[in-house]
Amino acid sequence: MSTALRATILIPLAALGCLAALIMVHRPTMAGQAGLGFWALVAVLWLLAGIGLSALSHLRASSPAARRAVGLSVPILFGAFLFFLWEVIVVGAGVPSVLMPAPSAIAGRFMGSLPTLREDFIQTFVKSVLSGYVMGCLSGFLVAIIADRIPFLRRGLLPLGNFVSALPVIGIAPIMVMWFGFDWHSKAAVVVVMTFFPMLVNTVAGLAAAGRQERDLMHSYAAGYWTTLVKLRLPVALPFIFNALKINSTLALIGAIVAEFFGTPIVGMGFRISIEVARMALDMVWAEIALAAIAGSAFYGLIALIERAATFWHPSYRT
Amino acid sequence: MTIDTLSLGMRPAPSRKAARLWQGSAVPVLTVILVIVALWYAAAVAMNWQGVSDAFARAGEQRSTSEIFLATLEQERPMLPAPHQILVELKKTVIDTPITSRRSLLFHAWVTLSSTLLGFALGSLLGIVLAVLIVHVKTLERSLMPWIISSQTIPILAIAPIIIVVLGSIGITGLFPKAIISAYLCFFPITISMVKGLTSPDLLQRDLMRTYSASSAQVFWKLRLPASLSYLFAGLKVAIAISLVGAIVGELPTGAQAGLGARLLAGSYYGQTIQIWAALFAAAALASILVAAVGLAERFVNRRMGVRSA
Repeated sequence: MSTALRATILIPLAALGCLAALIMVHRPTMAGQAGLGFWALVAVLWLLAGIGLSALSHLRASSPAARRAVGLSVPILFGAFLFFLWEVIVVGAGVPSVLMPAPSAIAGRFMGSLPTLREDFIQTFVKSVLSGYVMGCLSGFLVAIIADRIPFLRRGLLPLGNFVSALPVIGIAPIMVMWFGFDWHSKAAVVVVMTFFPMLVNTVAGLAAAGRQERDLMHSYAAGYWTTLVKLRLPVALPFIFNALKINSTLALIGAIVAEFFGTPIVGMGFRISIEVARMALDMVWAEIALAAIAGSAFYGLIALIERAATFWHPSYRT
Repeated sequence: MTIDTLSLGMRPAPSRKAARLWQGSAVPVLTVILVIVALWYAAAVAMNWQGVSDAFARAGEQRSTSEIFLATLEQERPMLPAPHQILVELKKTVIDTPITSRRSLLFHAWVTLSSTLLGFALGSLLGIVLAVLIVHVKTLERSLMPWIISSQTIPILAIAPIIIVVLGSIGITGLFPKAIISAYLCFFPITISMVKGLTSPDLLQRDLMRTYSASSAQVFWKLRLPASLSYLFAGLKVAIAISLVGAIVGELPTGAQAGLGARLLAGSYYGQTIQIWAALFAAAALASILVAAVGLAERFVNRRMGVRSA
């Protein structure tokens, strides 16, 4: 059987089977007391989905559009199957919702409390994370350019920057809350400090990445400092800078949420998570986690897209 | 080049020494540190001024400016403690207290260190295995990589109590849940940098291996793995630092009685700013020791593999 045929037969088959299993497991006679036969069905579905996905990812699509569709559908199907397993296991085995709520319960809660989630999102992501991220990355970048221009400052700052970016900077959260108050300013301050040093260190390292030959070539063109910087050294530094931007995108979200743990007004994702855990309302906690995951992935994905467009020449993107 | 070395050799000794000090990183680093300490003292005076003068005003005492100035550096609960206050607190809790005591900072640092190391070991193992699988199994690269990236956007603090509850209900408590949180945080930089390293050999080098008719295992051991090592160690350095963060954050919501994170939380509840800063300094020292240890391991491995310093 060709891979294309295998994929087109097995994946719809597995999808139909999963749908049937979902309908079955939600019937009151099955929920919480699924028998051995049901689990055998799940195992068979697992096998089918595995073979089907492997065939799909080995598929050689002819047109670029088809290739992109295949590249997109593989992770989506994989993730959908993981969610199916989670739902079936939690409902079928009757896991108490205090331990692990089913995805359907979380989705229901998510849709049911959209206004709350929206407020938390604006407070934590738009106000704390974005403003802190922009300020931290920009100032790290500017200081790196200055440090690169003044060798004395670079030799003094770089070891310190390396040192600080390895420190558990998140520990300053209680101090920032003490200084800047409970609102989003203190969270943004934590994010600024957390994102500044990775950006500084990576940019300085990137600016030093241009090779001797390339620099000599620029020299032989009689290019000045700024021309060399803009035409040679910054483009060469781009992979390093994007690396810092990506690291910072996840750091910023973690920083803002952890900082909310030390004190907030009564809104915000970290605040909601900590009080809902205390009330054992785990479906609301997971709804907030889903929101954070969606926001964070979109943020990261956007940066990765820009990176791909800007550093298309890097060996890891050429095949 | 030769002229340079010749002229260097003919210079008088003292100025050469001074030039070398100037060129090295010791003097610049010390200068920057001195500037930071000076700024710190200035900030401590400025930020504590209001509190001190208010306290004197409440007590109904008239004090001169110089007395307020000195008092800003000796407050019990300052907005920003002066560096020497933190050093005194560190000396009190590290040297003057027996290590078994709950007041000893070393005791708390050890609690945090043990879960950091366990989490780091678990996380590196997971990270390396995932990276090798992702590079070699196309299905996994296509399906797993996007999910690994999204897994990092889940804020770890939210997962922490859930992990503790779930593991606690099946009878696992203590060190292991915290280590899981560390491992969850630290596998990501390792996987990302290792994948980048394993795919770093370019087409020319891979073609060369093809002309040797090397098997895919040989390409892995002789080309991809050696090429990935510098990336791997860069990832490991990030990972061990972030693993410490995981251990500290893991101590926050679980109400752990011991550890540097517990010290931070207790300090923030009772407004003991000096205690917070001392715990921060201890965490910083721990992080730098851990990163230095990974750096040493990197140099050892590089020497064994015959890497010439670039």
